[in-house]
Amino acid sequence: MKQFITFVKKEFKHVFRDRKTLLMLFGLPIVQIVLFGFALTNEIKNSKIVVLDLSKDNITRAIVNEIEASQYFEIESDVKSREEVEAAFKSGKIKSAIVFPSNFSSDLLHSNKAQIQIIADGSDPNTATTLTNYLSAIIQSYQQQHLVQGPLPLQINPETRMLYNPELKGAHNFVPGVMALVLMLVCVMMTSISIVREKELGTMEVLLVSPFKPLLVILSKAVPYLMLSLINLTVILILSVFALGLPINGSVALLFSVSTLYIITALSLGLLISTSTASQQTAMLLSLMGMMLPTMLFAGFMFPIENMPLPLQIISNAVPAKWFYIIVKSIMIKGLGFASIWKETTILLGMTLFLLALSFKKFNVRLA
Amino acid sequence: MRTIFFILRKEFKQIFRNRALLPLIFVVPIIQLIILPLAADYEVKNINLAIVDHDRSTYTQKLISKLTSSGYFRLSGYFDSYDEAFHQIEKDKADLILELPANFERRLVRENQEQLFIAVNAINGTKAGLGGSYLAQVLADFNSQIRLDWNQGARFNHQPQIEITSANWFNPHMNFRWFMVPGILVILVTMIGSYMTALNIVKEKEIGTIEQINVTPIRKHHFILGKLIPFWVLAMFIFSVGLFGISFFVYGIVPQGNLFVLYAFLSIYLVAVLGFGLLVSTYCDTQQQAMSVSFFFVMIFLLMSGLFTPVDSMPTWARVISQLSPVSYFIEVMRMIVLKGSGFNDIKIHFAIIIGFATLLMSWAIINYRKTT
Repeated sequence: MKQFITFVKKEFKHVFRDRKTLLMLFGLPIVQIVLFGFALTNEIKNSKIVVLDLSKDNITRAIVNEIEASQYFEIESDVKSREEVEAAFKSGKIKSAIVFPSNFSSDLLHSNKAQIQIIADGSDPNTATTLTNYLSAIIQSYQQQHLVQGPLPLQINPETRMLYNPELKGAHNFVPGVMALVLMLVCVMMTSISIVREKELGTMEVLLVSPFKPLLVILSKAVPYLMLSLINLTVILILSVFALGLPINGSVALLFSVSTLYIITALSLGLLISTSTASQQTAMLLSLMGMMLPTMLFAGFMFPIENMPLPLQIISNAVPAKWFYIIVKSIMIKGLGFASIWKETTILLGMTLFLLALSFKKFNVRLA
Repeated sequence: MRTIFFILRKEFKQIFRNRALLPLIFVVPIIQLIILPLAADYEVKNINLAIVDHDRSTYTQKLISKLTSSGYFRLSGYFDSYDEAFHQIEKDKADLILELPANFERRLVRENQEQLFIAVNAINGTKAGLGGSYLAQVLADFNSQIRLDWNQGARFNHQPQIEITSANWFNPHMNFRWFMVPGILVILVTMIGSYMTALNIVKEKEIGTIEQINVTPIRKHHFILGKLIPFWVLAMFIFSVGLFGISFFVYGIVPQGNLFVLYAFLSIYLVAVLGFGLLVSTYCDTQQQAMSVSFFFVMIFLLMSGLFTPVDSMPTWARVISQLSPVSYFIEVMRMIVLKGSGFNDIKIHFAIIIGFATLLMSWAIINYRKTT
């Protein structure tokens, strides 16, 4: 036991003396929370738009004013022809355009019908849809206010409530995701590299011939990363509560115990990678491509799983992060108890046992 | 010149002899490029709808069938109470609850207005926002339809009506993959260029073989060119495979603009990326460090590049960070040339900026590189 503690101390020193690696260990989670929390949104504001007004009458001018008055749009310039609209799109300056045909008002007032065309840059489909929706809403409300007389019959008034996240903030969705990602990153990549490093530099040979049990060598490498991950988890939670105002609705103790289970899952994966590779580069690329990417892809916070083709949806079940993400969302945001997450927890536990068994089986006392 | 040639031979041999690394360099990016766009479909569809219909009238039936046939919604079931439906949201079986009050139809006809209740699972804000607006759209359609039926068009037609038509240029079918594939291709060459360069040089440092090179007559610029050219070629190759093999054949994206301009931009961009890798390697001593540092920065570059969320939506400070990253410019240029067919004149400024990045990163790295320890 004393030996074991000495080894754990050695590993901690390795970690703390390497300032640049610490940047990744502690800097990355903080940067991610800040970026996801404050910078990355799909919210539309000040989107640049051009107006092609072939009519230039009171109504078109009034509608353009309404558009300009909204915080969503910023009118880039007036253009004179369709060619100029296209050029503006190609120069990347604008995301949408609105076209009023000639004689707009007189058509509207005499034949009761006139057309407005909205053109959006479809190379970014979701933004295009949102912009088209906003522009239509502005035009419709103008029409309601200025052109329609008397209240409309048979009016259905929907009353919408946004559950869990009334302000539609991004944080509710990504904080659990960042947790899944960072823990996976720290545990898998760092553990596997630090073990393989000893192999590559030849110091593993020394450790393996020492009286210390080989298996404990590996375990003593896992302990510091387990602790660092728990610290990281705490930092992420504190940041999200105090900086992003995201509440923890469920039990904190439950959250931590399930997270510990997930960390152990990730550590056993790191162990498995380290037992099957010989060079740091391979270990790194393997954990990056084999673990990071599937985690980002299939956790469900960056890419919607329900839109994926069926084979990918099936594969996603094999990714631990997916189950962890569901658990964290349920505990943190929905405030549910263990009764609602026992299924996911059991799956995670099963994965951990399987990975541990596999890596112990592959663990070799002899190097070459 | 001959010296560079020898170093190049050594580097290529090292790359091709590493049986573990080779498939990772070549196969994984290709697989990624096929799988990522399949997965990265942000179109909001298949919204699971739980319905609590207390009225069960003709109107509510009509409304429900209009919703389910709109293509956005999938019926997850009918429930007797709001609480039951809410339980479905807790279990992630439903995204949206539509509650129609009792006597909905009667009150709507008698009092000319009636409420209905919508609850959206808003944990994913984007999905909730778009889902809510789709529902509002279908509802408005339904509203004007019943109004028309009721009035026989009598009064309603005399109101002036603005008809809104909309068009989506450059991607008329709103295929999300067109948006993602060019961006992902940029990410791939960036990752390969920066990680591989940084790791490769640091590996020589860590294992100690760099000492051997340092005591030979190989000059500094020989070494740097010899290290960078292989990865430049590799990244060019992977980009071409991605652009023609996958983007074109698998996803049917025909580059609209001038390929020569695109490749000219790529070749300068790669100099900037490789310069970044070299720079990281001059500051690091172990591969773990090199990986951590380059991963840290590449991650920020990626998130801020506008690949997933528009740069225009970011707050000012974040836009400044985004402008300090070469990745943002290439993603923009890629989408402009490939999807919109923009020409050299449209991306002149991007060109100037990327040349600036390449010069800055490369000279910083070269100045910082020391043969002595």
